[in-house]
Amino acid sequence: MKIIKAGIQDTVQDMGRFGYQHLGINPGGAMDRFSAAVANVLVGNEINKPVIELHFPASVFWFKKPVLIAVAGADLSATVNGEPIPVDHPVWVGKNSLLQFHRVIKGARAYMAVREGINISPWLGSYATHLKAKVGGYRGRALQKEDDIELVNNDQPHSLLEKKEFFVLPWKADNTWGDKKKSEILLLPGNEWNRLTEEGKESFLMTSFVITNQSDRMGYRLNNLPLPVMSGEEIVSSGVSFGTVQLLPDGKLIILMADHQTTGGYPRVAHVISAHHSKLAQMRAGDKIHFHLTDQPTAEQLFIKQQKHLLQLQNACTFKLEEFLSNK
Amino acid sequence: MNHSSLPYRIFPLGDAAITIDFGNCIDEAVNREVIARFHQLQQEPLPGMIEALPAYSSLTIYYDIVSVHKKIPAQLTLYEWMKEQLEEKMKQTPPQSKTTSRVIKIPVCYDRAFAMDMPYLASVKNISPDEIIQIHTSKTYKVFMLGFLPGFAYMGEVDERIAINRKPQPVNIQAGSVGIAGRQTGIYPLSSPGGWQIIGRTPLKLFEASFNPSEGGTSADHERLTLLKAGDKIQFYSITKEEFENY
Repeated sequence: MKIIKAGIQDTVQDMGRFGYQHLGINPGGAMDRFSAAVANVLVGNEINKPVIELHFPASVFWFKKPVLIAVAGADLSATVNGEPIPVDHPVWVGKNSLLQFHRVIKGARAYMAVREGINISPWLGSYATHLKAKVGGYRGRALQKEDDIELVNNDQPHSLLEKKEFFVLPWKADNTWGDKKKSEILLLPGNEWNRLTEEGKESFLMTSFVITNQSDRMGYRLNNLPLPVMSGEEIVSSGVSFGTVQLLPDGKLIILMADHQTTGGYPRVAHVISAHHSKLAQMRAGDKIHFHLTDQPTAEQLFIKQQKHLLQLQNACTFKLEEFLSNK
Repeated sequence: MNHSSLPYRIFPLGDAAITIDFGNCIDEAVNREVIARFHQLQQEPLPGMIEALPAYSSLTIYYDIVSVHKKIPAQLTLYEWMKEQLEEKMKQTPPQSKTTSRVIKIPVCYDRAFAMDMPYLASVKNISPDEIIQIHTSKTYKVFMLGFLPGFAYMGEVDERIAINRKPQPVNIQAGSVGIAGRQTGIYPLSSPGGWQIIGRTPLKLFEASFNPSEGGTSADHERLTLLKAGDKIQFYSITKEEFENY
């Protein structure tokens, strides 16, 4: 698999690197772990296989040999040899195929998985690219033109490819989980929630915020007016997490994302629930967010439901793929 | 045998982590307790625990929602159950630290070429650069925690005479740079934007990504990923620019 043209920031990711935060090494991993898992499931991979996280403009890929791929998450209007292919479907591409992405239809990040994965070594048990430390993933960096990424199984022919350049397998992963109220993000109050005055809490929950263009894999900065806070003692650095909403000294809010630091010293006013990380990761600069508070049991149950959905998806995809392969 | 523990407070950090806080302070005794509890949990992890992260005066435990869910009685939230498990652990005596902590000597070149904020610090504190160097090298510091960047150690506490606020805006800082922020001192293991006031640079490597336990390395290699660990004692000594370049 060769990169013909580089995207703005396409990296190899997985579910994250855990066990090293005490050394200052943050977990990283896919911004939208749910969609990364869906891409893997669609091609019959384990959930934690390395995938390519794509931002728009995305890389152009050339497949030398036939392979089974899937693109999940954002819809970036993908084509194979100029013909549109749908997201959230497994697609068998023939030899000398060109995979391109043309415009953003929906979402912010797409995940591409290849059946059996790409052939790279893990760093500290994970394939995630650590851009700051320049290690992990593919050579510790974003993909560049001319990169030639070896696949684990470099030749996956199928008899149908004799007649066609590619074909889309007829099942689709339901990746619309939690999409009903698109801009609504559920939060749990943070330890410093009460640093906000009553008025501050009200405007935090009643205002819709816009994600600014100062947003990246480390965090999303919001465009809020400074929130009224009560004075309090300074916070010494302490653990933070994916989804922690911090209040910066200038009164602005930042939501910590996949590449966040391990520790922080700003008030943690709230935390985005785990079940909404995927939704949040598919928002981009200019999108609106409405925050609503929820409680611990709801947050936990929503995540458990999401993981059950993923497991069912995995079982269904494995079954369909096996059935399809045995009929060839 | 009951361990006479420091007072603490436990709170949730979202829906997949729990923090135990011993008082939001920079204090050696409190930090010793945090590190002892961290080692205790490394040896005997809580059920469903992914990892534990020690900081100045708190310890955060990250857990896997799905695997904890499978273990617990239906009437409890995961957080309540994890809190109970943690409180049980707190009743036990943490393992004694094996030895007295290591003392690591770190060469620093305080030459103007590597010390972009030395003139500012000298003028604000009304002392000479030589005095700053003398003060910075005269004390043994403790590594309270690692954070911010791989291998970045938060050390303290520096003498009040050289304590200074961090910069209002981060600037680009070279790997190896030694800085001061408030009464903390630290070394940037990687080149990165940062707000600490830079007074010198060390030729030592603080972070070594090539120790890779998942690629045939041993678990002892974990320990070599970063030069410094929470609990270490540090002494800086001054070297010349020539010594730095030939290090």
